[in-house]
Amino acid sequence: MKEFDYRRAQDVTGAVALLAAAADARFLGGGTNLVDLMKSGVERPDLLVDVRELPLDRVESTADGGLRIGATVTNSDLAAHPDVRRRYPALTQAVLAGASGQLRNMATVGGNLLQRTRCGYFTDVSGPCNKRVPGSGCPAVAGEHHNHAVLGASGHCVAVHPSDMGVALTAFDAQVRYETLDGPGEVPLTDLYLPVGDTPHRETTLPPGALITHITLPPAPLAAHSRYRKVRERASYAFAIGSVAAALDMKDGQVREARLALGAVASRPWRARAAETVLTGAPATGETFAAAADAELAAAAPLPDNGYKVTLMRNLMVSVLTELAEGDAR
Amino acid sequence: MAPTPSSTTSTLTLDINGEKHHLSVDHRTTLLDALRERLGLTGTKKGCDQGQCGACTVLLDRRRVVSCLHLAVAAEGREITTIEGIADGDDLHPVQQAFLDLDGYQCGYCTPGQVCSAIAVIEEHAAGWPSAATEDVRPESVPPPLTPDEIRERMSGNLCRCGAYVSIVQAVARGARAHEEARTATAEEAAA
Repeated sequence: MKEFDYRRAQDVTGAVALLAAAADARFLGGGTNLVDLMKSGVERPDLLVDVRELPLDRVESTADGGLRIGATVTNSDLAAHPDVRRRYPALTQAVLAGASGQLRNMATVGGNLLQRTRCGYFTDVSGPCNKRVPGSGCPAVAGEHHNHAVLGASGHCVAVHPSDMGVALTAFDAQVRYETLDGPGEVPLTDLYLPVGDTPHRETTLPPGALITHITLPPAPLAAHSRYRKVRERASYAFAIGSVAAALDMKDGQVREARLALGAVASRPWRARAAETVLTGAPATGETFAAAADAELAAAAPLPDNGYKVTLMRNLMVSVLTELAEGDAR
Repeated sequence: MAPTPSSTTSTLTLDINGEKHHLSVDHRTTLLDALRERLGLTGTKKGCDQGQCGACTVLLDRRRVVSCLHLAVAAEGREITTIEGIADGDDLHPVQQAFLDLDGYQCGYCTPGQVCSAIAVIEEHAAGWPSAATEDVRPESVPPPLTPDEIRERMSGNLCRCGAYVSIVQAVARGARAHEEARTATAEEAAA
């Protein structure tokens, strides 16, 4: 590991200023991804600005009935919060489906959104990777890619975003608030991540040196009837090979409104807007759910060894939507 | 902590098992390496050193964490509890006793992490935290009993290469019962 300086920030303004003063600094939250990447040499900062003592560790209700989540709230505290469990249960389920109890106690909400892909070529500094060394190539396209992207990828990078939490936040229209030297800013989570294109090393639309301070969730009554389901290669403590966050608002057997987001299929948590369009106003039947899934997956471009994900995601979407519809009818 | 301009080391104080330890560390030092290599607290074990196996689990402010991914310098000001601080003198913690009585191990290498994690699991469950094995996570729902399924899910961050999982699950369940009995006894004493 390269040597580095370490500072603890006491306030948001100070944190942003400390980071800007160094050549190659990183914010340190829980460190569960960053410290690991520093050990393997993928990340080589000259300064860590520890943000864990910033006053951003609270989950609060907003005046309009939504939630405001501080960026340093731990995954554990987010998942256990009564308002999250009551009003956005799929968010609690998504967080609890990720990592282990130890890691959830350390990891923060801001860090979760900015964590890096677990693609094995990205973390192996001895070989090429366009995300790590721009222009060096992507060995995954012709190599090991059974858990890589089927939506929105390019020939330059087929890595997936590993977050579970981000999938539920994406379904519920989360907004990301951040602070910079020039003042605060806000971006919808669906616009936080850049398209892969030919620049997979550029991952987010955040301005340089920005610190995520809060995630806000607008009020969403249908989110109280939501579900997150994750498929993985063992029963617990593994990254997804596919996941779905979904919420349904139904009346008289018709879908009034639907929210749907997919995980482990793209370089970002994937909002399934094509599927939502098919669902809205349609009868809540298996045929509708299958048509919605097919509409979303029409753009899928699987690689030789991950075509199973298209079938998996279709079945997963139909299954979760059916479960929500049956629960509602009960 | 007293950082100098652009320094790669810090002098700090760590609060471990109720004792203050003063040391100077390279910032690259993990809490795990500080415990084992600098302070002689070798009860905490290094397994994968990548946050995947749980052998290095300790409690920070009573919550379980993996000490291999936690920088020592970032642990200053936190209350650190290692396996050396779990027992009350010669009296083992009920979870330690349960692991001993039920053979919740074979080689024992993962055991300090398993015990620290189990103690935290029991507290998390008592606090009403749901898990991925909990069917209904809404706060109005009845808290799930600590069934073997719940224990397996909540303990999934602690690997045992010997595969002693069957006895580990039983030991955690017995430890949880002892914890509940102690709480009830304390409540009855307070009422009397």
